[in-house]
Amino acid sequence: MIAEAPMQGERAETIFEKSKAGRRAAVLPDAGVPEPPLEELIPAKLLRAEPPRRPEIAEPEIVRHYNRLSRRNFDLDTGLYPLGSCTMKHNPRLNERVAALPGHAGLHPAQEPKRAQGALELMWLLQESLAEICGLPHVSLQPSAGSHGELAGLLLTRAFHADRGEARTKVLAPDTSHGTNPASVTMAGYEIVKVATDERGGVEMDDLRAKVDDEVACLMLTNPNTLGLFDENIAEIAALIHEVGGTLYYDGANLNAVMGHSRPGDMGFDIVHVNLHKSFSQPHGGGGPGAGPIAVSERIEPFLPRPQVVRREGDNGSGPTYDLDFDRPKSIGRLRGFQGNFGVFVRSGTYILSLGADGLAEASETAVLNANYLKARLAQGRAGKYLPVAFDRHCMHEFVLSGKPMKKELGIATLDLAKRLLDFGFHPPTVYFPLLVEEALMVEPTETETKESLDAFAEAIEQILTEAEEDPEKAKQAPHTTPVRRLDEVKATRKPVVRQPLD
Amino acid sequence: MLAAIGVESTAELFEQIPAPLRVDGPLALPAGMSEAEVYERLVELASRNVDREEQICFLGAGMYDHYVPAIVDAITQRSEFLTPYTPYQPEISQGGLQAMFEFQTMMSELTGLPVSNAGLYEGPSSVASAGYLAIGATKGRRRFVVSHGVHPQSRETLATYATGFDATIQEVGLDDGLTDAAALAEAVDGETAAVFLQSPNFLGAIEDVERLGAAAREHGALLVVAVDPMTLGVLKPPGECGADIALGEGQPLGNRLDFGGPSFGFFCGSEELIRRMPGRIAGETDDVDGRRGFVLALQTREQHIRREKATHNICTAQALNALAATIHLAWLGREGFRELGELLVRRTAYARERLAAVQGVELLHEAPVARELALRLDAPVEAVLERCAERGIAAGYPLGREYPEYEDGLLVAITERRSREQIDALAEALGAAIQAEHGDSVANSATKSPGAPR
Repeated sequence: MIAEAPMQGERAETIFEKSKAGRRAAVLPDAGVPEPPLEELIPAKLLRAEPPRRPEIAEPEIVRHYNRLSRRNFDLDTGLYPLGSCTMKHNPRLNERVAALPGHAGLHPAQEPKRAQGALELMWLLQESLAEICGLPHVSLQPSAGSHGELAGLLLTRAFHADRGEARTKVLAPDTSHGTNPASVTMAGYEIVKVATDERGGVEMDDLRAKVDDEVACLMLTNPNTLGLFDENIAEIAALIHEVGGTLYYDGANLNAVMGHSRPGDMGFDIVHVNLHKSFSQPHGGGGPGAGPIAVSERIEPFLPRPQVVRREGDNGSGPTYDLDFDRPKSIGRLRGFQGNFGVFVRSGTYILSLGADGLAEASETAVLNANYLKARLAQGRAGKYLPVAFDRHCMHEFVLSGKPMKKELGIATLDLAKRLLDFGFHPPTVYFPLLVEEALMVEPTETETKESLDAFAEAIEQILTEAEEDPEKAKQAPHTTPVRRLDEVKATRKPVVRQPLD
Repeated sequence: MLAAIGVESTAELFEQIPAPLRVDGPLALPAGMSEAEVYERLVELASRNVDREEQICFLGAGMYDHYVPAIVDAITQRSEFLTPYTPYQPEISQGGLQAMFEFQTMMSELTGLPVSNAGLYEGPSSVASAGYLAIGATKGRRRFVVSHGVHPQSRETLATYATGFDATIQEVGLDDGLTDAAALAEAVDGETAAVFLQSPNFLGAIEDVERLGAAAREHGALLVVAVDPMTLGVLKPPGECGADIALGEGQPLGNRLDFGGPSFGFFCGSEELIRRMPGRIAGETDDVDGRRGFVLALQTREQHIRREKATHNICTAQALNALAATIHLAWLGREGFRELGELLVRRTAYARERLAAVQGVELLHEAPVARELALRLDAPVEAVLERCAERGIAAGYPLGREYPEYEDGLLVAITERRSREQIDALAEALGAAIQAEHGDSVANSATKSPGAPR
């Protein structure tokens, strides 16, 4: 089936191009106070000569404009979004409803803790829940996203070593790691050292042994890794790093595979970040907001960012109270303003309350079942022939295929397959990652897909490959039905136009 | 499904996890609940917060109680904006990408700088990100000069990040509310990577950025200016004052208070800095049929391509919050945005005069202000705040928490939601609270100590 109703007839027009002088939407309150000329209140040299140019447009046209724009987006509520490492699971609407309650959305961040007890209790509950899920005793909710959590973890590592009078220089990470890992390492002032992957898709132990020494500050690992495989040697890996005094960092992007089944703390990790916008159902919003809380072991706890949400037990029979603790002398300090992305905490806290212990474990179980089922489906027929799985064993919540035979025999690249999938109404998997798999496709269906939608996806792949045997051009020229077709990304980088010229 | 996989049970799939590392039994979390029960629980939690509809809110200090127009909710709650991932597949993400392009245009206009990214996490970490950029842009200079008027949270975040890139920070003090120009000029040298200012600064005072920035230009340091976007309908934009980077907290534009987040940070720079910018940037291009379209431009700066050589580690940021700002700014329009800026300035001027006339209240500084003002109280600030809160007024932010030298200081924020009547009510509440504190202290001093409050 080919998706219908393309909007290719409609030329993109920006809101500025819809502007007509004198139109407006907002009606502001009267000042209700004396209105002297501004120059009497602020020296003229500090004032703006001309107001910034803004679209002049009435409310109905604003609504239409963004409504039409929205129709030029594909979204998770419309169809399967098997983007590996991104965990595109359903976003329950209850979460949106409770996040919008005035007591949450309208709460000023500098409100006195005694007048924000509900918010602080919610944060504390989320901290406790994440600590239990991760198997580590202490949590900071402050980091704003996964990469922010990574930076936090590396700065915690730095503070931990500095506290012991050590300045180490290297951070190890597998060659399959997410791009944020090495980027965070550089920002934290360390040198990244890549560790090879073995033939089963895990860390190459000999290579690791060769690279572990007392200059190693930390090892960053995703487990299951970006191949969707659980590294069975994790206990030995942890022992190696701990022997030389390094910390072990868990990139929690793939936590959706193991909730209630295995805990990073039990694997030996010291620091874990959790992507609330992945495993805990915060909507991705087209690129955020998210949140990247970190859970840490006892030895890292003194260095956690401040403030921390704490619970104080009541005395004389009164209930507990919650507070923000700024008095943390060894803290690395703040990573951002105020207390973190609270609206995200409301949504993820709601998700955890809804699912509970059993529900979270079942979510991971179904995510792993769905991934393995889809992997099995794609091992059949033409997919099995042209798109072999990179490491042939049971996967966790995602798996990686290689488009190498497809490219060689059909002449279509992974990119072409991805673009052709758009015509079939599917978001493509993550492509060309991890880097060590040639022509990689990384598929993560999540637990919120049905067998029917997985079958439909497998059938679409089969149909595209069948078609490509006859007519590879169809894929090479794809997509055909989307609002725009392939875009010139080189031009956008070589001669960047990143704002609209206005006159 | 199990048969297709070739296993008897899902448990077999989890056998790749070594047995000692498998969780034995359920996690120690409560059992799941029905939607109705979870809703009740969350309503109960929310009811124990005092929100902006239950109190007249003069709290600011970086986040402000502005009115968010209804269309912001209606549009940002659409599935097509709420639920997609980052637009890595541009053909089916034109809506989000074009919205980013519009956002960038609006922020560039706002700040008077030619390049805007599509947003960062929030204000303070954007300041820290400018520090990271400055080190690269000045070929490894590792010294920052920071005004004491920059938001304390921004200064602290910059210091946290700076331990990673091994930079030192020198702070420059304030003089009658404004950055001490002579001290700043003295602090900046040839090793300085960037000078950080904020205007209006944390005390609400509008800095003469142009004049202060001369020291940065002279020594080849970047001038980084944090701004409150809501004031830029009337205040001279940083781009016209010589700033290399203008950034700030985006919450006032279309975003909720949300107890501090999610909001977004904006980050604009000069043309020369475009390839060093952090975060996503949307760019205009054409498709194979010559149709206009938008893509993520300059991705070679980013972590998913460049890894350890990326300009920043940021990935997921705050796209939906930036969209809310874009809609809010379109709704305000050219005239509305200017009018709102003027409204803030005039109501703030009124509040300043009205509050300074209250017995026991004086101005903390005389510098010009736009939307926030600093007072000194002749009574313990926290106690006065508590008395005002009992009358349903959040009177402001106690400056002593961050500035020990202003232990008697109170920061009062004005938005279009704060009417003249509410400002009058604040004046009355402050006066009554100060008087009551004086009464108490007289009573106390008779029996306990001779020390009266300042």
